[in-house]
Amino acid sequence: MRKPEYTDVFVFVEQKNKKIQNVSLELLGKACDLAKDLNEKVTAVLLGCDVENVEKLAHFGADTIIYANDKELDIYMTEPYTKVLTEVIENKKPDIFLFGATAIGRDLAPRLAGRVFTGLTADCTSLEISEENQDLLMTRPAFGGNIMATIVCPDHRPQMATVRPGVMQKIDMDTSRPVNIEKVAVNILPEDKTYEILEIVEEKTERMDIQEATVLVSGGRGVGTPENFKLLEDLAAELGGIVSSSRAAVDVGWMPKEVQVGQTGKTVRPNLYIACGISGAIQHLAGMEESDFIVAINKDETALIFENADLGIVGDLQKIIPALVEELKVAKQAKNQ
Amino acid sequence: MDFTITKEQILLQQLYKEFTEREVKPLAAEIDEEERFPIETVEKMQKYGMMGIPIPKKYGGEGGDNLSYAMLVEELSKACATTGVVLSAHTSLCAAPIYEFGTEEQKQKYLLDLASGKKLGAFGLTEANAGTDAAGQQTKAVLDGDHYVLNGSKIFITNASHADVFIVFAMTDKSKGTRGITAFILEKEFEGFTIGKKELKLGIRGSATCELIFDNVRVPKENMLGKEGKGFGIAMKTLDGGRIGIAAQALGIAQGAIDETVQYVKERKQFGRSISKFQNTQFVLADMQTRTEAARLLVYRAAFNKDNGIPYSKEAAMAKLFAAETAMWVTTQAVQLHGGYGYTREYPVERMMRDAKITEIYEGTSEVQKMVISASML
Amino acid sequence: MKIVVCIKQVPDTNEVRLDPVTGTLIRDGVPSIINPDDKSGLEAALVLKEKYNAHVSVLTMGPPQADLALREALAMGADEAILLTDRAFAGADTWATSLTLAKALEKMEYDVIITGRQAIDGDTAQVGPEIAEHMKIPHVSYANGVDKDGDSLIIKRMFEEGYHKIKVKMPCLITALTEMNTPRYMSVGKIYDAYREKEVKVMTFEDLDIAKEEIGLKGSPTKVKKSFTKGAKTAGKLYNDLDEKEAAKVIVEKLKEKFII
Repeated sequence: MRKPEYTDVFVFVEQKNKKIQNVSLELLGKACDLAKDLNEKVTAVLLGCDVENVEKLAHFGADTIIYANDKELDIYMTEPYTKVLTEVIENKKPDIFLFGATAIGRDLAPRLAGRVFTGLTADCTSLEISEENQDLLMTRPAFGGNIMATIVCPDHRPQMATVRPGVMQKIDMDTSRPVNIEKVAVNILPEDKTYEILEIVEEKTERMDIQEATVLVSGGRGVGTPENFKLLEDLAAELGGIVSSSRAAVDVGWMPKEVQVGQTGKTVRPNLYIACGISGAIQHLAGMEESDFIVAINKDETALIFENADLGIVGDLQKIIPALVEELKVAKQAKNQ
Repeated sequence: MDFTITKEQILLQQLYKEFTEREVKPLAAEIDEEERFPIETVEKMQKYGMMGIPIPKKYGGEGGDNLSYAMLVEELSKACATTGVVLSAHTSLCAAPIYEFGTEEQKQKYLLDLASGKKLGAFGLTEANAGTDAAGQQTKAVLDGDHYVLNGSKIFITNASHADVFIVFAMTDKSKGTRGITAFILEKEFEGFTIGKKELKLGIRGSATCELIFDNVRVPKENMLGKEGKGFGIAMKTLDGGRIGIAAQALGIAQGAIDETVQYVKERKQFGRSISKFQNTQFVLADMQTRTEAARLLVYRAAFNKDNGIPYSKEAAMAKLFAAETAMWVTTQAVQLHGGYGYTREYPVERMMRDAKITEIYEGTSEVQKMVISASML
Repeated sequence: MKIVVCIKQVPDTNEVRLDPVTGTLIRDGVPSIINPDDKSGLEAALVLKEKYNAHVSVLTMGPPQADLALREALAMGADEAILLTDRAFAGADTWATSLTLAKALEKMEYDVIITGRQAIDGDTAQVGPEIAEHMKIPHVSYANGVDKDGDSLIIKRMFEEGYHKIKVKMPCLITALTEMNTPRYMSVGKIYDAYREKEVKVMTFEDLDIAKEEIGLKGSPTKVKKSFTKGAKTAGKLYNDLDEKEAAKVIVEKLKEKFII
């Protein structure tokens, strides 16, 4: 039900090391759609200290940027952020508030929803405005992606949702859009720091983030041994992509968690996804089915993955992948001649 | 009739499954290939209270039932029959007779450590000339003051190379035949007691099957198990219980082979389709599972009878006879459905087929089981 | 030190299948397990128990069948188990669930509350932080390591590209990651003890200081408007009779056609 005193679509902007995170720009893209349907405005809410390129938020769709610029907000901490956002909600009364489903968003949003007494829907894959009563329709997978549920929050405001990185799409950047920054003062007291950060460790992984890759060669339990992942590496190298994996291969310790695709891993949408020895549990499909082109190689012709693949090959990946690498080399040579 | 398992058994089976999947299965091919005793698995089983399930807590066990114990042997044997028999020989053939026939002192001295898994047990009855004919014992025990002096040898003794405590049978009075057989508890450190040659076998190759040699071994009188001359009865009663363990081992081998085969036939393709789509595959699998399920009912009932004080000698013999023959038949079918690959060591079914054979032989051959069963009929 | 671990019994979603004909969820025969993140939280608590002689209680909200998950926790080494069960709790979203759990936790003694990060059947990661908010205690989520330091805990709090080492005073709540540890096995003896020596204490609506309107479906700000299964994407071409050379050629041709290479 529409509550007239609550207006506009708010997006929490995540920054790390003073850099605005991609997921927030994606959320602004979605917020623009929703605001248009509601005939409302888009507000970006940025907490941090001397964040770089703040105007970018306007270029990607924010009509207003609420900016809490304070050294106490430089590094994310649960309570200071919750306190500032609680004040924003109380003062601005947003209709909708979106968060990235990240290690920060999934910590902050529930704490905040608990405090302002409203509903929160996690990991939405689709957000729409109901034509009937203008409620936000939040659709998300449940049961490991086995079913989809559309959730509403009829009596409480703001309607809050988190969305995973890679699910929504940015709008095209438009540098001609006006930049309206509204600064808010913050007052973080010592007792607001409910914990102390003793140390910050950045673990820069050598690997490219699987969400950034345009080609993913992904392996599951059917790869057989951790050594066989070398074959996948070769293929990925040939295609200019990287290797990812299913939960099964992570569970047995063959691959690190950070390259896991699926419901409890990452959502990816590369141009090409080659699933090798992956049976296609629904929780896996949930993380990759939006890929542009899916090739599946599996010994078991009844594997569920084939039902979701654009091209399926039944066979032994240990033989097919080396042959494929050869064939790609041949194709490349032919092209260069 | 109630065929449901208890809530305790639901959790136990969950534990057994997780343990077997993560600790036992990964070693199965390796210990077979290298003919290596899985001592690390024994240490882990000790940690999780698996070495004395049916022995009361006050003697170091878990105070559980024989059915729960049989379910463990079954689960282990699905992945590794060697591990199954290591546990079965230890529990059924060494800890159980001390619990059943031992004095309080013997229980305190030996059972406590056996049931808690600190020590490993073995059982020595078979001799070169006394197999099925156990009465043909040639190992002799002669009383000399406070000790019996043992001379002779045993063969095919499971766990021998790693066991600490042995139940050994010897003739104290040759003239009395089976009534001249007496049981003793031996420690591996006893002077004159050595472990002889290790057999090279067709299957259960990780299990250490060795000769025991007694050269003037002085065994204290208080280590006599039961009364003098009662050894044959103790051996037979012990083997009744042991058969439940071996029947459970055979059951596990059969089910393990089925599980592997189901997975394989879904992946293997011939004539352009998965071989699981062929009716021959489907019918053979149906037979495999039906026979195995029938074996399971026999095994569980024998264990149930033992737990409830109902005679189980005949039931245990039937369970072992049928489960062993089922294991042999099922594993042969499993290899057949795997075709050429099944004959290679790339797949575990050839090992399962080799492992199955022994279940028709040890702790009483199939023919001995038939003697026991028919004796109760005629 | 007193630790309460909140666990949830969930269907093993890896085993859930869709009926290919009706498209509905096949839940028969799907085993129920302790949610993996929760089990790692329990393991972390048991390690603290061994190190600091802590007392570990487990709490679950669920149907009477959730008793099995609690017995499993006892068989792993927990000291005490509480089942929070009542028809009145049914249909709760994360807000109402966390409020109900918070009200039960208020009846217990605790220095630390541990929840899993998220449950595999819902994947929301909300209940832990929301419990902490209802109880007005600090929380640290995404814990990949925890130890005690005087009246505080030291926690390795994971982010996408590294971690924060955090010091938080007790009482507090942490949410655990499966990556933190490998949960121990139960043991045979502890399984018997879980049924023979220990009891699962049952709490119902009557035991909590809470109004009917605040819990269950009524107390939930979010409602499920509809649920549906995703129609499977139509399968592309499937080749099942190619040798590896032919297969490689087919793939390369297709990738050329799609301008991927």
